[in-house]
Amino acid sequence: MAKRLSVIDIDHCVGCQSCMFACTRRTAKGGLEESRIHVHSAGGFRRGFVVIVCRACPDPPCARVCPTDALVPREGGGVRFRSAACIGCHNCETACPFGAVLWDSSQEKPRICVYCGYCADYCPYDVIALTEIDRGANPEPGANPAADHTSESADTNT
Amino acid sequence: MRLDDPLKRVLFVDLSKRRFWIEERRELFEATLGGSGAAIRLLDEFCPEGAGALSPDNPIIFAVGPLVGFYPLASKTVAMFKSPHTGNLGESHAGGRSAVAIRMAGYGAIVILGRSEMPIYLVIGDGQVAFRDASALWGTRSSYTTGDVLAKRESGRGNRTIMRIGRAGEQQVSYACVITETFRHFGRLGLGAVFGSKQLKAIVIEGQRNLAPDDRKAYRQTYDTIYQRATQSELMQKYHELGTPMNVLPLDAIGALPTRNLQSGRFEGAEAISGERLAADYLGRRIACAHCPVACIHIAALRIPYPNDPYFYKTVMLGYDHEPIYAVGSMLGIQDVSGMLQVMDEVEIQGLDVMSAGVALAWATEALGQGLIGETETDGLPLQFGGAETYIEAIKRIVSQPTLFYKALAQGVDHAASLYGGQDFALAFGGNEMPGYHTGPGCHAGYLTGARHSHLDSAGYGLDQDAAKAGRTLEPEGVAAQLIEEERWRQVLTSLVICLFARKVYELPLILDALAAIGSERTEADLEHLGTEILREKHAFKRREGFDFAELRIPRRILETPAPAGDFDAAFIRETLHHYADLLRG
Repeated sequence: MAKRLSVIDIDHCVGCQSCMFACTRRTAKGGLEESRIHVHSAGGFRRGFVVIVCRACPDPPCARVCPTDALVPREGGGVRFRSAACIGCHNCETACPFGAVLWDSSQEKPRICVYCGYCADYCPYDVIALTEIDRGANPEPGANPAADHTSESADTNT
Repeated sequence: MRLDDPLKRVLFVDLSKRRFWIEERRELFEATLGGSGAAIRLLDEFCPEGAGALSPDNPIIFAVGPLVGFYPLASKTVAMFKSPHTGNLGESHAGGRSAVAIRMAGYGAIVILGRSEMPIYLVIGDGQVAFRDASALWGTRSSYTTGDVLAKRESGRGNRTIMRIGRAGEQQVSYACVITETFRHFGRLGLGAVFGSKQLKAIVIEGQRNLAPDDRKAYRQTYDTIYQRATQSELMQKYHELGTPMNVLPLDAIGALPTRNLQSGRFEGAEAISGERLAADYLGRRIACAHCPVACIHIAALRIPYPNDPYFYKTVMLGYDHEPIYAVGSMLGIQDVSGMLQVMDEVEIQGLDVMSAGVALAWATEALGQGLIGETETDGLPLQFGGAETYIEAIKRIVSQPTLFYKALAQGVDHAASLYGGQDFALAFGGNEMPGYHTGPGCHAGYLTGARHSHLDSAGYGLDQDAAKAGRTLEPEGVAAQLIEEERWRQVLTSLVICLFARKVYELPLILDALAAIGSERTEADLEHLGTEILREKHAFKRREGFDFAELRIPRRILETPAPAGDFDAAFIRETLHHYADLLRG
């Protein structure tokens, strides 16, 4: 079965951004520019944090709007990115309602999660985890979405 | 340093001319690493001798170091300026997202010059600076509002820092702070007043980029070693669990917790304001600086009922640490935790350094009790130890300054006591109000000798506590030698720039490995030499601006209140200063 990154417990997040640094370091670089995961405050540090990750949609809108098939739906949910085909049109970025298509301004290309789970290995508080995609918990459009997590983490499990 | 490392870029912003430019200062960062080392050289270069601290001539320097953006716990920004509080070296460090944001925007340092003709805030990005109108924000009652407004108005959520001042900075209270990410501060020595003098309300800095290591494999291995030490070992446990307030009870137990203006080293309310009690009753959230898995920032959730409106409450979220608990808890004799937290909240709203504010009010309380001042001076406020509500009103007056007395108090306790008397119990060292440790001669000599007159300079409280535990007697020569050795090494740590809480994680061999992996080969001797040099340069700046060890005032109170390391006299401290000055000259 395909895997994806899940936000398990957003209330445990301290906003350290270790996951973001891990994602760029996966390619043996420091910094943040290649990170495919994003953490920001939920409207000020008093209110906690939001973790933005690709939720590996079963029918990904980002792939549907890609004019060059640079984003190809993956079996089981989510997408694969074929960088050579990408023309940098930003359609995918606009299509994702969660903002999980992050943008690499120096390459002028989207940063697409590869569902590797490297970031989760560096989360000190088990906020995120690489999980099997469970159809019941990640329903097709029209199915009852309430089966997944708490409402808070479902909102931000993106 | 690799040729492609953006650390070498220094951003200059001239507020008077509304111009900015970038200079490559590779040799500066090669020579000093960055952080404190780079900042003191830039300060020396751009602050003219004898410049008014609140004049357009005083520059503000922010500097980060090579490890920032590469490694965890390298999370601090060094700010340097001429201090309006002490008249010499101003140096203050803060975390939050400031260091990562500066590094990711592609700078090693930012130098702010001149003075704006109108209130403004800056938005700094990679190769960009916007000068934005802040006239509507000027005079806002609460510093929280400025942060909230700019967070909404500006882009870059998650990749930015928002540094801002409160009304204390606008009014140029000499110990006004700069707040970043709501809960972190460039707290000490008055950076907020320097912002205010330049009509600079806030700075937003945003960026994201990659940094290329020199040896990819070694980089990832060294990263993992540091990360494991920070998260799996006992080294950071203290900061991780109760946070710095875990110091409250042990310090009280040995009689080292300054209480009621250091009339005592023990506080009957210590248990009530302890880290244990706060965690049990108030801890509402823990948060972290960018790139720090430790999450030492402890946030209290304080629920306050409306007195005349049943079923209405407000919930305030505010950060607490040992120093604020000492400064407005034990030092002001407040054991009602809700009251203590509300005093802290008012300090945040106004944007004051909580340590200086607490010590200033403690002195004022005693001065009122002794009749040195009356209620005419205090604007009718009956300051009394334990009286949280009155202190909240007094904090507002330090900023609004309705009487000459509050104008004086807004320049610090040294200044106020020079006008109104009570210098024996005015607890400032080198012009800076004391931290929350009264352990013995080591801590006090450290406050006096430290380049920024902070407990973080040389941790003299550690010497006292070790001596007390071992039943050893301290000697001036030994104290001076240990203080300077620690302070020299800390110059290296704050040039890298790592958080001083992580000093045990970053042992010397690990620092050398971390530097080598990113293309900066150093030896132990290099770093030791660098630490000595930086400390010497800081003192050269201090001397240039009039600092003199011989003129340091020793408040008599510290000699009278028993300390755990045993009795000591002024001669002991003078002799320690003498040895320290000798060692500094080398």
